[in-house]
Amino acid sequence: MHKSAFYIIGLIAGIVVYLQSCSTSSSSRVIDQGRSDNLPETISYNFDIRPILSDKCLACHGPDANKREAGLRLDMAESAYAALKEHPSAHALVPGKPEVSEVVRRITSADTSIMMPPPSSNLKLTAREIKLIEKWIQQGAAYEKHWSFVSPKKPVVPTVKLADWPKNEIDYFILQKQEQQGVTPNEEADKERLLKRLSLDLVGLPPTLALMDSFLADKSANAYEKAVDQLLKNPAYGEKMALHWLDLARYADSHGYQDDGYRTQWPWRDWVIHAFNKNMHYNDFVSWQLAGDLMPNSTKEQLLATAFNRNHKITEEGGVIPEEYRTMYVTDRNDLFGKGLLGVTIECAHCHDHKYDPFSHKEYYQLFAFFNNVKEVGIESVIGGPDTYAKKPLMEISNEDVKSILSFVNKRDTNRLIVSVMGDLDTTRKTFILKRGVYDAPGDEVQPGTPNAILPFNPSYPKNRLGLAKWLFDKKNPLTARVYVNLLWQEFFGKGIVRTSGDFGMQGELPSHPELLDWLAVDFMEHNWDIKRLVKQMVTSATYRQSAVITPEKLAADPDNRLMARGPRYRIQAEFVKDLVLSSSGLLNPTIGGPSVKPYQPAGLWEGATSGRGLLSMYTQDHGPNLYRRGMYTLIKRTVPPPSMAIFDASNRDLCEVKRLKTNTPLQALVMMNDPTVLEASRVLAARLLQERADMNARIEKAFRLIVGRKPSEKEVSILSAYYDKELKKSTRASAEKSLAVGEYPIPATIDKLKLAALMRVVTTIYNLEETITKS
Amino acid sequence: MEKEILEHGLHFNRRRFLSRLSLGLGSAALGSLLIPDLFSGNGMDEDGLTVGIPHFAPKAKRVIYLFQNGAPSQQELFDYKPKLREMMGQELPPSVRGTQRLTGMTANQKEFPMVGSFVDFKQYGQSRAWVSDLFPYTAKIVDDLCIVKSMFTEAINHDPALTFLQTGSQQGNRPSMGSWLSYGLGNENKNLPNFTVLLSRGIGNGQGVYSKLWSNGFLDSVHQGVQFSKGEDPVLYLRDPEGMSRQDRRDMLDNLAQLNDLSYQEFGDPEIAAKVKQYEMAYRMQTAVPEVMDLSKEPDDIIKLYGPDCLVPGTFAANCLLARKLSENGVRFVQLYHQGWDQHGNLPFEIAKQAKDVDQASAALVTDLKQRGLLDETLVIWGGEFGRTSYTQGKLTKENYGRDHHPRCFTIWMAGGGIKPGMVYGETDDVGYNIIKDPVHVHDFQATILNQLGLNHEKLIFKHQGRRYRLTDVSGKVIHDILA
Repeated sequence: MHKSAFYIIGLIAGIVVYLQSCSTSSSSRVIDQGRSDNLPETISYNFDIRPILSDKCLACHGPDANKREAGLRLDMAESAYAALKEHPSAHALVPGKPEVSEVVRRITSADTSIMMPPPSSNLKLTAREIKLIEKWIQQGAAYEKHWSFVSPKKPVVPTVKLADWPKNEIDYFILQKQEQQGVTPNEEADKERLLKRLSLDLVGLPPTLALMDSFLADKSANAYEKAVDQLLKNPAYGEKMALHWLDLARYADSHGYQDDGYRTQWPWRDWVIHAFNKNMHYNDFVSWQLAGDLMPNSTKEQLLATAFNRNHKITEEGGVIPEEYRTMYVTDRNDLFGKGLLGVTIECAHCHDHKYDPFSHKEYYQLFAFFNNVKEVGIESVIGGPDTYAKKPLMEISNEDVKSILSFVNKRDTNRLIVSVMGDLDTTRKTFILKRGVYDAPGDEVQPGTPNAILPFNPSYPKNRLGLAKWLFDKKNPLTARVYVNLLWQEFFGKGIVRTSGDFGMQGELPSHPELLDWLAVDFMEHNWDIKRLVKQMVTSATYRQSAVITPEKLAADPDNRLMARGPRYRIQAEFVKDLVLSSSGLLNPTIGGPSVKPYQPAGLWEGATSGRGLLSMYTQDHGPNLYRRGMYTLIKRTVPPPSMAIFDASNRDLCEVKRLKTNTPLQALVMMNDPTVLEASRVLAARLLQERADMNARIEKAFRLIVGRKPSEKEVSILSAYYDKELKKSTRASAEKSLAVGEYPIPATIDKLKLAALMRVVTTIYNLEETITKS
Repeated sequence: MEKEILEHGLHFNRRRFLSRLSLGLGSAALGSLLIPDLFSGNGMDEDGLTVGIPHFAPKAKRVIYLFQNGAPSQQELFDYKPKLREMMGQELPPSVRGTQRLTGMTANQKEFPMVGSFVDFKQYGQSRAWVSDLFPYTAKIVDDLCIVKSMFTEAINHDPALTFLQTGSQQGNRPSMGSWLSYGLGNENKNLPNFTVLLSRGIGNGQGVYSKLWSNGFLDSVHQGVQFSKGEDPVLYLRDPEGMSRQDRRDMLDNLAQLNDLSYQEFGDPEIAAKVKQYEMAYRMQTAVPEVMDLSKEPDDIIKLYGPDCLVPGTFAANCLLARKLSENGVRFVQLYHQGWDQHGNLPFEIAKQAKDVDQASAALVTDLKQRGLLDETLVIWGGEFGRTSYTQGKLTKENYGRDHHPRCFTIWMAGGGIKPGMVYGETDDVGYNIIKDPVHVHDFQATILNQLGLNHEKLIFKHQGRRYRLTDVSGKVIHDILA
């Protein structure tokens, strides 16, 4: 009953939205797609038809020549208009005439021997989809190139009615669509909420009390911009920004596979943080990582950047066939290049022509050729000592380097430090198409090249990774800027403008705001790929600053917030959950970089899942300051990733990942209730508060501010203070002693342990609030 | 839904909070807790397939998978090859080996002398199935088993082969079988995770297992396998801190719910309601998990059935008994891994020990389920990730030899869950190298398991990155011959 009530609300709201909408431009269509049976006046191939074809037809009538049925291809006009191979008198599509188009006959037929899609495919067209196709044919069945393969042009910034709302260009695009749909934006979030959101987004830490106080006190018109600038200058900005890149670059501290031995790629991670902090522009940032070793007069820093392409898993399992694994490494680089940098699922062309996108099997291996010339072997060594921590080609980072050119590498001892980096053979390793993607089934030889549908490879570029980097940052490349702009949008707004941030191809979702995406992408390129500038643009927009309140009307009309008529509200990422706990309690050790650390972890996890070989077969927990490092420095052993992080959806760093899940599970509740990290922080913060001269309510209020990032309401204080009194009354010396015996940080000798235990419970409860680990 | 919420006997404030939510607003969120993917937009409901409901009447409701990690040698356990003994020491004919690729461990071996089993076989039961003397207990239950001798796989190394069996792909990052079932069928119980994992280790040559094998891949993480380990904290972070009673925890949660309610009043975000629910589930797990882990109340005849090891936490026997209890409590998929089956050398000594570790308890589990009337609805699976070679790896002596990895044939068994009992399916050639009858590919095996749970492997789909993914990837057919 309730569910149906919900749907009715949704339906009414949907109708209201539709009636209020005054435009049927292709871009606004995304929102009301599927919500109404009313068809747009003009059917757009890209926005209305291609998604249907791609999802339901192209697997058999698309680009993959080997799987094409009846020789029919529906993704290109000429073949779709042509006479059918098997029935030359019929044509799949007859522009303007749905009644004689074979496609229409087939998709409307109830005869299972001719109906399309065939019953065996388990696919079905909806009534609306059929009507759309009919109307499209009626209107001439015009094809368009896939939107993301056409270079973006900077659209004119639209005009809006609510002219005093926008703060920058972003807002005009967002508001225009809201106005078309009859929706108004939320108010600006209150200052405390806004500062917390901003601080979590820019530095991955909750705002300090000092920052909160100064921001609340600052009544000037540009108070917010000042806070933005202050946070952008904080070195923690580099750490925050590095995280999405570490996921993309599948950075880890172990080799993966069977034995999963230790590796030392962390100097590359230190470089990433450094690069974000000095605001290296995106084109240089990526070009160095792709081809730093090939640059003229290449520096050691540029060489270190190329470790990017050696972060993939490397086997140490005796008995493997080396070529099989070497092929996998090249495949991994190639797939990362596709997904992470181009936002396309090039990996699907690994075994056959891509089924949906215009990438041939051959083109896959042409791209593969760029990464196939590394001086590497499938298995260099089985699991062992320090010599196995990096695989050739490798670089050595000396103590001299750390004093000069690589000063950002946090090397703490004088031991030999090696990092796997890129380096090509002197001669060219031949590349072949691998039939079915199998390493020992070579077909024709291919030369390095890029997918034609994206952008042909400029013959003046060198045919190596350096040339590939130039191609990637060619201003005519339609994907590079859009994909990264979208990735950052996802960082700050929770979901991308294209929600499938790793797939801009035909099976990916269409952008909710295509003009905005293009405007941002072109603007990003025009400003020489300046990342900090782009970040600032996003976080200073009125769109970003809205409050996250969800009215029942907005929830019903736009549950996914596609119209951005409210601010983002999301649970923060695994690493930042830990950072918040450490930082608010005062325990955080702010050291940047260096070897990864081993904080508290439930016993037996590594030991229970290991071959028994190597440095990482047993977990030897660190002590002292290493316990309190930021979450991103926790050692990632790929086969047994840090459990409290994994429970909060951290990447296991197996493969390139551009979008984490954001789940909500009982195991997360258990972590927040019982992880010694949270309990110790609660105890330490409670002890600090007890040592201050203040009454208990003031202490509770301060804890609340530190943890939640705002002043509590009276009601909140009264609930927590009553809870404190109750706990204190219950507390016995014995139970208090037990409760306090968690974590290694010392307890002040003179403290009242009964009070401490009671206040510790209160603080833990504040840590467990939904709002605490939510950006809201 | 309202009834279910009220049943938890919640504190007044929480009850008021949740019932307010159930008035339309929060239904989506509460629904998404029960069957999360249904609301994520990726479920295939628009195509007429409702995730959370089987496609047809299921034979089995639950699965217990006794994974023998490292690849047990079929020649010493089930696949009786007297010819191999006769031909002991002779070179494996190249015509038999064909183009089979070899692992790096034997690729450079100059000779491939065949080696027969050091242990004898006998026939048992009405099915007259051959079982080696290493498995006296299993031998007694052959009439409950369907022994499949014709399994084959594509990978020749542990990591990809394990990953392939568990996720349908060698490369990883896809959901494990248990996650697919959890996704497809939802949860039968409210207090325990739907997919649980138990690890144990024999003394034999070990190969690691790792959490990616029970990963939810791109599915919602409620479908992730939850590892239950020995010791005081069977589920990570389950135990309340020292000094905290159940009442203390209840008080804390009641206060927390009140505070979260304030936040819900302000923001109206259904996620807040979902969070409160997850805390309540966590609270119930804190009681339910230790209860189910407590084997002390098991009667003597059960202890005797599983053997004395079942009282030693972390052993395979203890895990088998625990698996029964979890399954009995409605856990959809219980995945055991027993490590130590990788006998590249020193095989006769090591495999005898490994067999002793698992024989009695594996058989006991089947018997125990049967006597409780649960075997019909529980599918039990026993087997490794590939087979082992007919020729020796390393030096062949009278007493000692080893066997390398072999993907072309291996033996598994299944029991219950609508699989035909007392059956031997598939045949290999005289030297146990190639399958000569009824081959079963890993995807066929997976399709058959899903089928028994009432799921069509071609329809259990999740769309991710623009592609529709299945456990069986792009192939697989149900082996109807072995269905009861």
